[in-house]
Amino acid sequence: MFVFLISAIVQAFRAPAKLRLIVYHIKTIGVDSLSVVALSGFFTGMVMGFQGYYSLRQFNAESWLGSATALSLLRELGPVLSAFMVTGRTGSAMAAELGTMRATEQIDALYSMAINPIKYLVTPRIVASLIAMPMLTAIFNVIGIFGSYAVGVGILGVSSGSFFSGMENSVVFHDVYSGMIKSLCFGLIITWICCYKGFHAPPMATGVSQATTESVVLSFVFILVWDYFLTSVML
Amino acid sequence: MIQVVDLYKAFGRQQVLRGVNLEFAKGKTTTIVGTSGCGKTVLLKHLNALLLPDRGEVLIDGIDITKLGQKELYQIRAKFGVLFQGAALLDSMTVFDNVAFPLREKTRMTEGEVKTKVADRLEQVGLAEMGHKLPAELSGGMRKRAGLARALIMDPEIVLFDEPTTGLDPVLATSIHQLISRTQHDFGYTGIIVSHTIPQVFEITDYVVMLAGGVVEEVAPPEAFSVSESPIVQQFIHGRTEGPIDVL
Repeated sequence: MFVFLISAIVQAFRAPAKLRLIVYHIKTIGVDSLSVVALSGFFTGMVMGFQGYYSLRQFNAESWLGSATALSLLRELGPVLSAFMVTGRTGSAMAAELGTMRATEQIDALYSMAINPIKYLVTPRIVASLIAMPMLTAIFNVIGIFGSYAVGVGILGVSSGSFFSGMENSVVFHDVYSGMIKSLCFGLIITWICCYKGFHAPPMATGVSQATTESVVLSFVFILVWDYFLTSVML
Repeated sequence: MIQVVDLYKAFGRQQVLRGVNLEFAKGKTTTIVGTSGCGKTVLLKHLNALLLPDRGEVLIDGIDITKLGQKELYQIRAKFGVLFQGAALLDSMTVFDNVAFPLREKTRMTEGEVKTKVADRLEQVGLAEMGHKLPAELSGGMRKRAGLARALIMDPEIVLFDEPTTGLDPVLATSIHQLISRTQHDFGYTGIIVSHTIPQVFEITDYVVMLAGGVVEEVAPPEAFSVSESPIVQQFIHGRTEGPIDVL
């Protein structure tokens, strides 16, 4: 599995770069995931607005709602939940597509045309996910904060000024930066695991479905484990 | 010249090839026949190193390809064209783009030159008007023709055909056979066909190889093969259930 990742990364530095494929996969990973990421970000933010408000009210600290929401989203929930969404929407599709290509001998056809299938199929997806994931996470964060604002300020009556001033006072660049580092790592994990599982799927229908399931489950586990390590290092 | 020397291959506990020794004559067509699961496709996939043997050698012009690194292997594979059983067209591309794919990836031809050459090949396989279609929109016979056009686009020295007529009706099967025969005559490649379609395939082949029990049972020109004294060959040709071949 590590050899697979390393050879995909090595191919990224070998000419010719597959720019057209990278752009195509930025669309499939990024643009096509936008609606589901935005929707989940908005509802996550709204839930945080409710939960945060009633938790903070016990300490007479409702004015810190903006700060609590922003820090939670930027550091943890934004990168992790947007990675989960991309895994479910795009990662599973990657595994199924490559698994089907394996079953229908399309990957063998690439080998026999003297074309490196890792360079053609895997490397562009990895590069695209490294570009798309931080953007999706940033969008998730912004929409999540807006969701929390809508609930906290619009429904529960928190002052708009205190919502934003608390955020401004507590959020530092390190919070944004650590979230972006996480999203980069998660983008790599998703494409690595899902492409690996699809690429090595047994060439039959059950093999493809099994590879798809395993890719999603393994990606979730790797994301959470890696999130723990990154958090412990970057806090 | 392709030589297979003492080739062994097992998948888990199942020993598929048990010491295959074989030579494929340059510029000729050889058909490999045998019962289902006897290792014909496995042998074929060893010829361009899509599979690597547990033991033995595959020599292409004297070079043992089983011991080559990735880079050298890609150079050797460039000598091959392969028509896969299901054609293995890239399903996200049109027929035209599938055929053009090796040219765009492996040569420095201009788009105009690519278009001319692809149009020429599609014309040769009778798909001149089908270039804009996706593989899913084609019939089985058309997919095989498109696969053949892609296999021939790089003017390969060797073309491997994995059951080119499986799943096709007799008329289409004959048209594919004729196509193989005509393109082999036009381009002069070494053709290696895995087929079940006997005796029809005998009309387009120079030699017939029969695999049985993981080894070569018989190698002969079609006429001699038909009258082989091997009871395995005779049982296979006549489709008898009684004889030395185990019927599962």
